[in-house]
Formats: sequence, C-alpha cells, structure tokens
Amino acid sequence: MTATPAPAAPLLSVRHLEVQFPSRRRTLTALQDVSFDVLPGEILGVVGESGAGKSMTGNAIIGLLEPPGRISRGEVLFAGRDLTRLDQAALRRIRGREIGAIFQDPLTSLNPLYRIGDMLVETLQTHLPLSAAEARRRAIAMLAEVGIPAPQERFHHYPHQFSGGMRQRVVIALALCTEPRLVIADEPTTALDVSVQAQIINLLKRLCRERRTAVILITHDMGVIAETADRVCVMYAGRIVEIGPVRQVIKHPLHPYTRGLMAAIPHLGGVAEELAQIDGSMPRLDAIPPGCAFNPRCPRCFAPCLGAVPPLWEVEPQHQAACFLYGEEAGAPAPAGAGPEARP
Amino acid sequence: MTAPVTGPITAPTHASASGAAPAALRAEPADALVQVERLRRYFDVSGGWLRRTVYRTGRVLVRAVSDVSFAIARGETFSLVGESGSGKSTVGRLIVGLERPTAGHVLFEGQRMDALSRAQALPLRRRMQMIFQDPYASLNPRWRVKHLVSEPVRHRVGRAAGMELAGRLLEQVGLARSDLEKYPHEFSGGQRQRICIARALASNPEFLVCDEPTSALDVSVQAQILNLMLRLQRELGLTYLFISHNLAVVYYVSTRVGVLYLGALCEVGTRDQVFGRPRHPYTRMLLDSIPDLELSGKPRTPVGGEVPSPIHPPPGCTFHPRCPFANGRCRSEVPLPRRLPDGVWVACHAVEEGRL
Repeated sequence: MTATPAPAAPLLSVRHLEVQFPSRRRTLTALQDVSFDVLPGEILGVVGESGAGKSMTGNAIIGLLEPPGRISRGEVLFAGRDLTRLDQAALRRIRGREIGAIFQDPLTSLNPLYRIGDMLVETLQTHLPLSAAEARRRAIAMLAEVGIPAPQERFHHYPHQFSGGMRQRVVIALALCTEPRLVIADEPTTALDVSVQAQIINLLKRLCRERRTAVILITHDMGVIAETADRVCVMYAGRIVEIGPVRQVIKHPLHPYTRGLMAAIPHLGGVAEELAQIDGSMPRLDAIPPGCAFNPRCPRCFAPCLGAVPPLWEVEPQHQAACFLYGEEAGAPAPAGAGPEARP
Repeated sequence: MTAPVTGPITAPTHASASGAAPAALRAEPADALVQVERLRRYFDVSGGWLRRTVYRTGRVLVRAVSDVSFAIARGETFSLVGESGSGKSTVGRLIVGLERPTAGHVLFEGQRMDALSRAQALPLRRRMQMIFQDPYASLNPRWRVKHLVSEPVRHRVGRAAGMELAGRLLEQVGLARSDLEKYPHEFSGGQRQRICIARALASNPEFLVCDEPTSALDVSVQAQILNLMLRLQRELGLTYLFISHNLAVVYYVSTRVGVLYLGALCEVGTRDQVFGRPRHPYTRMLLDSIPDLELSGKPRTPVGGEVPSPIHPPPGCTFHPRCPFANGRCRSEVPLPRRLPDGVWVACHAVEEGRL
C-alpha cells in the first residue's frame, strides 16, 4: 500500500485469478484477472449484479467450484500457502477451521436431520482437539454469543424449529465456532426480512471485530456494504472494475458502472424526477463484448474502450478503477490487474 | 407447530374490532377508483378430516389479511409495504379477484365486485390487471411473445388486430416489434418484466396491481422498470397498487403508503407523512432498519425479534412483543385505526393515548 498506516501482511492474496468452464463447444471464462488482498481483521465487500462473478470468486477461493468449473490461472495465497495447489483433503482441513463460510439460505446450509448442537459439536471436534464435554460447553457459549435465547435448550432443537433469522444466527455460530481467520459470507442477509437483516449484519460485524476475523462479504446490496465493509470491490462481467475504501467508492465512485449503480438506487428523501438508469443489462458469459465489457452500456465510452480491456489504475491512494478515463490522468498504467500491494 | 383454533372459520377473531368499527382508513380523496372495506382472508391449513381426527388438531387458520380497509384514488400510486407474511400480496390478489375474501369486499368505481355476476364483473375485471414478481415464472416458456402479449384481447379483437396491438405495446415498453416472434428465454429478466407489463396493458386497464415488480431484478434494471412504470402512469393515467418490501422503492414511486404488519394495516398516510414523521412504532422500526447509504454514521435503534407466525398471532396488538412502548392494554386489546388531525391513520394505543 502507499503511505497510509503500516501495511500489515495480507491474510489472503488473490492474484490474477481466472476461472473457466470448459464445455464441448467452447470454453467460457467466468472470472478474469481478479486480484485483491484481504488484511487480517478487515471486512472486504464484493458487490455486483447477478452474473458479475462475485459468488464465483468466493467459491473459487475455498475450492468449491462446481465442476466443470476450474481455476485455470492465478493463485490464492492464504497465510503463505497457495490454496489452488492443495488437494481436497488439505483444503478440507482449512475450510471450516481457518476459513469459515456463510451462505445465503440458512435452511439449505443446515442439515435438517441434525440437531443444531450436534452440528456445532461435530464441527468443533473435527477441527479442534476438544473433549465432548468441552466442545458442548463451547457450542452453548457460541449459541449464546450469536444471540439465541435459552441456548441450553435450543442446543437440542432441529433447524426447522428456528425462524429464518435465528437459523442464520446458527449458521454464523457454525462458521465462527472454530475461530477462523477468514469468513466468506455470500449474501448472508438476502433471504431475510429488512428488520432481521439489520440484526444479522450488526451481529456479524460485532463478532468479527471482536475476534479480528477478516470477512469477504459478497452481496448485491450497496446498503449492506455501506454499513459493514472497510473496503469494497465492484465486479462486472467477471472482472473487478473498481476497488477502494468504502467511503470513497460510495461517495465518489470512479468507474462509470459504479456511478450508474449508485445513481440507480432509490434514496429515501431523494426527489429525483427520474432515477438514473443504466440501459441494457449485464452481458451473458458467452457474449461479453470485446474491449471493456461495460462499453455498450457506458455513457462515457470512447475509442480505446472498444479495443482493449482497461487495467486497474490507481486514481487515488488505494482507490483503483479499470477505466480508460483514468488511464492518462494516472500517468503510467500499472500492470494489468495488479493491486497497489503489488508495488514495492 | 399448530394448535386448534375454536369456532367457525368466519368468526371474527378480533372481538373488539368487530364492534363499532369505523369506516376505517377510507381515503381522503372523494374520487376513489378502488376501495377495500374490512377485507379479510383466512386460509384453512388444518389438513384433511382424517388427519384432524387422528391427531386431534382441530381447525388451524392462517390469518393472512384481517380487516383491512383503504381506498385508492384515481391516478395515484398507493403502496402496501410490509415484511414477509404481512399479507401484502394476498391483498393484491383479493383486489383483482385471484382470491375470494373470507369477509369484507372490494369496490371498483363504487361497485361491489362480489355483488356482480360473472358476466357483469368481466368488463370491470378487464380494467384491472396484475404484474407479478417473478418474470421467469409468469411467462409461459412455450409461447411466443406475440401470443403472450395479445392473449388478453385476442379472442375479442381478432388475430390481426391483436398482433398489431402487441407490436405497439412492445414499443411502448421499450422493446422492438421484431421481438414478437421470440420466446421468453431469449430475454433478460428486465426485458421479461417489460413483456409482463405490455401484457398487462393489452386490455387497456386503468388499474394495475404491481406485486413486487422489481424484487427479482438487479438494481440497474430495477431503475429501468421503475422509470418505465412511472412514465406509463403519466402517459396513460394509470392507477397503481404497488406492493413491496423495499422502502426506498416505495418512497420513490408512491403517492400514499399503507404499512402492513401480520395482516393488518398499522399506518396509512401520504408518502411524506409516513416517511417524514412515522407514528406507529413498527413504521419507525422499519425506517430505522434501512441501511444508511449516506454514511452519515447516525446510530440506528437496534430492533429485536422477528415477525411472529400468522397462525398464532400474539393477542392484542400483534406488534406488542417487539414494541418498546407496549403496556398492558396493548397485550390484550386490538388497536383500531384512528385518524389523526393531519389525516394519518394509525392503529396504536400508545399514539392514541399520547404516550408516544
């Protein structure tokens, strides 16, 4: 990083990640040149519309890509190890122990035939050398910590006996019980009602701050990002188009796509006659236009956009955008996709 | 999970509400296009006779909508906002006639829809249409767009005129005439919702029920659809009932807003009244739970609890278990909607007693 506070070594460093889906007729590239760092204890938001590749990024990091999808290029460095080179057994020891995961729908991520207490105890005993009594004690403490009333009794209940918000609390307890260093939360509040959404976000934020757990928060909801994240990375058609501190990206977005996205969100108290809209929609994977993938929808599109894919330029300290508008202003272009961390 | 509910299905459960009920939440504007009076819809989920007998479960009712009254003026957008299970979609379906009310009725231009025969109701039904949430589920995948869009009128105006109309409608909603020959799978989610809107407009309606029309869409596409709906309203003089859980969207489109909680209206007012000075504790809570995009850093009141099951709604005011202002009266007596001096209707004991 540039001149800001002493740069800690990143906990997770994704470098030039590329994910492909080979099929008989052609190979589709779902992610291209995705690079970012996550510092210890940091909450990194990943935001984008459906099809942008945000969930794919999360799944690729923890090795849960659905076949035939595979990482065709790049590396995922987690605490010094390249996760893309580990075999399934080694990955399984990291998943759940050092990297936790929270998915959108709490009902499908909990086994309906297991009592929630048994799931917690099993997770704890699989990853940590704990006696049954000790694991049970920690499981109950964890349930209490995520705000489940009467954890002693709830320990013996099945997932269907919980409400949606309570289930998501159980999922959070499961993800955090082994004290992982990184949690990947994929749309953790999308299936919940507005009032419960705020509760779950506050809970996740508080627990991760207390434990200094880093979080990759994947969501389509800019509001959730604004409330939670330290930095945000905006994805479009399988690439990162903008990455920077959350306040700067939301208040002063650089990329025309981010600008359009922010303007398209209806605001309370906003009295615009018409919402700003981005015409068209995100291209499908098999029809990504040449050059900058956003060029057919971009109001500022000019000649260079049609010819080449813009690399990420550092426009402000720690704030990068992949747009030719900033190419000249920023002086010498950085190597494609490299984060500021990549510079000496 | 379920317990018996005594009494026949139609028995009023809100004993106090069935007394001298006010013509509750009638619209201020005299020019009401649609009126809903003490509308109620209970769903019987008790299972079959054998099951009830063997397990001794008795009747189990979901009180989806209880005694909801409001009116929608010509040309306005009335929004119903609420969380899942609040009954907002059921109200929409009751109004267009996709569900029959357990009690209460719907008036269209002052005519009670339930008093009309099928033949009499048909011309009125044509003047109201519905747009659904999921544009993937509401278009038959095996029909071409020309059939989908002209379907509501083809039998009356004939094939050729239906095609001509469908082409014109597609252009009106921002698609091309050449899209007539295509199938739904060739379109993106936003384009499909445009097709649904074109189809809803085919019978030249005055009133549209829009049930979460943008909830399945991405933000950038949502803006396109909202802008389109507002433009069509201006051009065609449409009246909308807009159903949504997204408060920011509701703020953007509405003239007046009704807040639903567990099947009952707790607050009705103009958009600026409800959003500018919310009275009901539930409305306040909902507004407080919207993520803050302005990054003003203002602290948000933490909200506890979740929406209870509509099978066993809490006694008294259904919101009392989550309400910081609840007292003994709230726990036992159902609050009736009352009109405040500035025209806002609120169903809350605390507001009525001036405790809030």
